[in-house]
Amino acid sequence: MNGDTVQLWIIIVGLAIGSFTLRFVFLGLIGDRPMPDWLLRHLRYTAVAIIPAMVAPATVWPAATGGTPDLARLMAAAVTVVVGYVTKNLFAAIFSGAGTLYGLFYLLG
Amino acid sequence: MARSPLSSAYWDGFRKGLPFLLIVAPFGALFGVLATEAGLQVFETMTFSMTVFAGAAQLTAIQMLNEGAPTAVALASALAVNLRMAMYSASLTPYLGAAPLWQRAFIAYFTVDQSYALSIAHYETSPEMSLAARIRFFFGTMTPIVPAWYASSLAGAVLGAQIPESWALDFALPITFLAIAAPMLRTLAHVAAAFVAVAVALLAAGLPFNLGLIVGGISGMMAGARVEVMLREKGLWDER
Repeated sequence: MNGDTVQLWIIIVGLAIGSFTLRFVFLGLIGDRPMPDWLLRHLRYTAVAIIPAMVAPATVWPAATGGTPDLARLMAAAVTVVVGYVTKNLFAAIFSGAGTLYGLFYLLG
Repeated sequence: MARSPLSSAYWDGFRKGLPFLLIVAPFGALFGVLATEAGLQVFETMTFSMTVFAGAAQLTAIQMLNEGAPTAVALASALAVNLRMAMYSASLTPYLGAAPLWQRAFIAYFTVDQSYALSIAHYETSPEMSLAARIRFFFGTMTPIVPAWYASSLAGAVLGAQIPESWALDFALPITFLAIAAPMLRTLAHVAAAFVAVAVALLAAGLPFNLGLIVGGISGMMAGARVEVMLREKGLWDER
């Protein structure tokens, strides 16, 4: 085994253990013990904060355009949010967003 | 067609997981291709995908290995990309914490962006759901996604198969996740959380190790909690 292989396996095993630990830490260790109100109040906003924060940079600066803001992608994101907000329907939001993206690709060439 | 509530919860999750194949398949194939290019054997690539089960962290690790980063730095960077999983774990705990330990261990392994986002959105709007139904829904979301992740990693590693860039599937990720998050904006507090999170994440996008996401996310959570307290004090909080 050469040095590269050792390094790779340290990373695979370390990342496997570390990732599982991050995922298990609260669900596994707290279980059904009550959590303080202030913490629950923050956790109520985990999804609506983390998910938009995760996609915002990819929306504004898409890797596919080399980081240049792109009208079709921005419009597709906006339509997805508006349709999702109004209809509360996952599939309606996805299909209208994708439709906007490909429609604008077609129109704008 | 009459189905038991548990079976319908499972299939409901399954159906909602399906569109995410559009993200998972290209992402898995990309990892397989890049891992092979970085010199990994197929066995190594598949062990990586099956034990770590976190695409963005895996890509980060491969990229760091390619750049010749020290082992500890590569490991720390990839784990930083996965920090959000601890927040997902905490956020799921009020809904799934009463499950037996072995089930919580499986849920933890399968906690990814897709299963978390779909499940929490569903739990919030269906507070009457039983614990058993919640667990069925969670595993329903993962049923189409998990085999696709393994298979696409393998296809990328063995065939070098990549989805053509002209399909613009890179943008499947923002669209599908925005489609989950938008219906969750039920109160002013949720809207404030999302806006602050996006603004801070964009401002902090230059931070290393994807930490802009964590800083943006925590800022958004604090904004949401703060607005909720303000609305409660004014008697405007609508418990939903």
